[in-house]
Amino acid sequence: MKKLVADSTKCTGCGTCEKVCSNAYYKVEDKEKSAIRVIANEQGGYSIAVCDQCGICKDMCSIMALKQGENGVVRLDKKTCVGCLICVGECLRDLMRYHDDLPTPFKCVACGLCAKKCESGALSIVEA
Amino acid sequence: MVDCVKNEYRHHIGSHEEIMAMKAKHQVLATYTFDPTVIERGYNNRSLYISVGGQYDVSEQDPLLRKTEGERGIVIGEKAVTDFMKQKFTGGKGFDLYHLWKAVKADTSWNAPENDIVISPGPLAGITQYPGAGKSLVCCISPTTHLPIDSNVGGYFGPFLKFAGFDILELQGQAEEDILIYIDGNNHTISVETAPEEAFDSHILGEQLSEMYANSTKDKENISVISSGRAAEHSYIGILNFTFWDKRRQCIRLKQAGRGGIGTVFRNKKIKAVVIRYSGVHGDLNNPANKGLLNAAGIRLHKEMAHYDTKQNNMRKIGTANIIEVMDRYDLLPTHNYQYGGHPETPKIASKVFIEKYITQNVPDGCWYGCSMSCAKAADNFELRTGPYKGQKVCVDGPEYENGGGLGSNVGCFDPRWILEANFYCDTYGVDTISHATMTAFAQECYQRGLINLDDTEGLDLRWGNGYALNELMHHMVAGDGFGMIVGKGIRHQKRIYAERFGKVLPEYESMLEGRPWVSIKEPVIDKPIPTVHFNPDLADCEYLKAEGYDDEKVLASIKGDLLENAGANNDSAYIAQPGRWSKLIGVPTIGRDEITAWPVGKPYYSDDPDCCYSNGRPWVKMTPEQIAEMEEFGMENKGLEYSEYLMKESLAQQGGYALCNKGPQHDEAWLIFMDMVNNQIPTFEDKAEALHYFPMFRTWFGLLGLCKLPWNDITPINNKYEAEPAKIPEHVQNYFDIYEGVIGEKHSEASMVVQSERVYTFQRIFILRMGSGQRKHDTPPARSLGPITVGEYLSREERYDKQMKEIIGVDPTGKSIEEKVKIIMAYRWDQFEQLVDAVYKRRGWTPNGIPKLEKLIEIGMDIPELVQTVRPYLKQEGYWPSGEEYAKYDE
Repeated sequence: MKKLVADSTKCTGCGTCEKVCSNAYYKVEDKEKSAIRVIANEQGGYSIAVCDQCGICKDMCSIMALKQGENGVVRLDKKTCVGCLICVGECLRDLMRYHDDLPTPFKCVACGLCAKKCESGALSIVEA
Repeated sequence: MVDCVKNEYRHHIGSHEEIMAMKAKHQVLATYTFDPTVIERGYNNRSLYISVGGQYDVSEQDPLLRKTEGERGIVIGEKAVTDFMKQKFTGGKGFDLYHLWKAVKADTSWNAPENDIVISPGPLAGITQYPGAGKSLVCCISPTTHLPIDSNVGGYFGPFLKFAGFDILELQGQAEEDILIYIDGNNHTISVETAPEEAFDSHILGEQLSEMYANSTKDKENISVISSGRAAEHSYIGILNFTFWDKRRQCIRLKQAGRGGIGTVFRNKKIKAVVIRYSGVHGDLNNPANKGLLNAAGIRLHKEMAHYDTKQNNMRKIGTANIIEVMDRYDLLPTHNYQYGGHPETPKIASKVFIEKYITQNVPDGCWYGCSMSCAKAADNFELRTGPYKGQKVCVDGPEYENGGGLGSNVGCFDPRWILEANFYCDTYGVDTISHATMTAFAQECYQRGLINLDDTEGLDLRWGNGYALNELMHHMVAGDGFGMIVGKGIRHQKRIYAERFGKVLPEYESMLEGRPWVSIKEPVIDKPIPTVHFNPDLADCEYLKAEGYDDEKVLASIKGDLLENAGANNDSAYIAQPGRWSKLIGVPTIGRDEITAWPVGKPYYSDDPDCCYSNGRPWVKMTPEQIAEMEEFGMENKGLEYSEYLMKESLAQQGGYALCNKGPQHDEAWLIFMDMVNNQIPTFEDKAEALHYFPMFRTWFGLLGLCKLPWNDITPINNKYEAEPAKIPEHVQNYFDIYEGVIGEKHSEASMVVQSERVYTFQRIFILRMGSGQRKHDTPPARSLGPITVGEYLSREERYDKQMKEIIGVDPTGKSIEEKVKIIMAYRWDQFEQLVDAVYKRRGWTPNGIPKLEKLIEIGMDIPELVQTVRPYLKQEGYWPSGEEYAKYDE
């Protein structure tokens, strides 16, 4: 199972990961278009929210646009997706993301680009 | 999550090569090419019109902007969807009724060529972000009510029609032979073709046509088929099935426009199917004004479903059938033809039985994209025990609650296998499961009261719960066999036919028939050698039959395989012929030839009535006036439509909800039982009248926009109970206003929504007035819908009724017989019902006779000349035509 793993205790809140993600997939630095989310905690510090590839989202996709590969990563086939956003509602952690500008939702595919750019070492790709 | 089991009936459909060979037999009769359009905020602003042939007057109809004329009188063309239509009728059911009004006359029969099947998905239909947004609304003149009927249906056809470029599909005329219409939404072409070889039954036909018109297996998700089934040939309760491709099961699924016999009209036009293909669905095709509103509202509801459905209604697991046991618990599950509200054997058909034994669970099962409620469900590889598909393993789409309540408790059948069997055959034959259940329950009660007997039913023992006989009855109905065909015409027709042909032996025939056995008509004997049969001049009008083109040989051919064993009768004298329908010959009593000649002179023994199969066949019996009155009390129909499957007799508001329904008693206008009977939220007549105004308007609105009602109240926000009016579910109503604004671009409110619906609702009321109904007398329900009409019904709730009598009516029940108490309760309830009707009519702006007032038409902007002309004589007669100069212009 390949997935992105986050250690929020190391996060400095720089937002680089969000910029890298949105830039990689949508050519814009906009955290609303990033699959990874960094949230400032009220009591200080940051929480990183990343998809753990649990696959609940794919189970409710009637057109089977979401598929879990052999490496465990759940990917969305944007050509098949009809933009119903059920998967967004289904994700308990709000990590199936959407944006009103975009025709389809999006999610982390464990590409690792954010981990490579994370200077604090809060992010890593694991394959178990 | 499990992957679905693939259903094992593929080999009955035909191979790809065989199906393409069927296609090669099609003869193209007309083709049409249309320009692509871009949908503007939910509307294409044009409709598709197809006349499949025949002569009729179209002078009152909107003009065709473009058209092509094909062979055999076929016309394909386009009409404009005007601003007037959008302002007054919004869309969906509103557009349907508008076109239907223009197409028909006051005396148009259901089987006239001008009868118009109008299908419209509504301006919000096709959005993928909000659950339940793929509905089509279908209207036509109904065979059972002779009034405009409306029915809503899921499946992919409606959205595909819209994405192809049309807000409405009108189907008019009558074809000469079976035809099929194909709409290619991507290549912008339409063709009308003969379809001689495809199956009739929907579970086969839908598969064949999906295979025929898809480019590949994957492309089947882009196909939707409308079809009916064999039942539509002989019954008045034919449905339309709309398919969608179930990608996980790799088979078609069937969703139904069920009420009022639209499928019968479809087959009367000789349309076998309408097929549409559209590839490229996505969430923005409606060109919404504000997609953000759609997304936000959709996700709110998706999350509610994800989090609360298992704690609330379990819609994803069992859909509407979750309420079978709930209805039983609250005395609302119709049992034994609505006598009782529950039964000790209900646990045998409770939802968990279907979940545990039959239904494939945990599959996203919506009838349009984006439905996180996903209430559709199926029993996979269900093995059938009767009928033409006996022994086959099929996919049963269901059961819905109505299957459990109708095909189960109401006919006394507490065996889930028979319910699923009947569910399957209803769908594939194209039978309205609700009407079928209610009309069967009526026949059963007639049978068990002795109003009809085993000879009348042709050997079918219709006692409560005889699942085999009940399924056989459906097969007979579909085959057009005698008694089955009578039942299939609906309760109103059953009452008439029973009264004329069944019942007691008339006094003048008593001596003739004394001591003679009735012929017992048994199962068809297939293997028996067929005797030589000639026309018997004593039994059939040979001159008529020969003039009609029948000869001995044709008669012989027609009875092969369908011969009845006729105990005690001479084979050559025991049959009565039926013109045009040689499917079955009916037995007569075993009386000698001399006595036969004593039958009334000049009474031919063929049917001169297309509605019945043995008119004049048994002139020695007739029902007494008392028997006829008895049937009126428990025949659960109003306006010719059978009641849907909720016991209404303990809720006054729901009695009104059913009886005041424009199309006949279907609960899609109002379901107020819990508000009224369980929660006592609407105690006064004014409260009930307000509920019988608001809820029918709100529910009408779904039908104007192309929405499903279920996501409104089959899931509720957790804070809903703290709302001022929790029954309305205000948060969800706001969701609807949001998605309305999101697509159309205009803000909406309760007030503007109610007016939008009132326009169409009032229009429909005037439409039924135009067609001969729509007055107070037509809203009169059968007595059983108001309370107990038998001793047994009274005793089942004796404590409650006694208490009601003492505390509310003010009569001491002590010492009174049950019969006396029934009379007292029923007299009180009739009075209550009449007071309710007064209050509701007043709230709706109608006269005491149920006629919409001119002032109301002006208030809602529906003072359209045709409508004013229709109500004017009634208003004048009743003394409600307003005086004053401002009204003078309406009196011209």
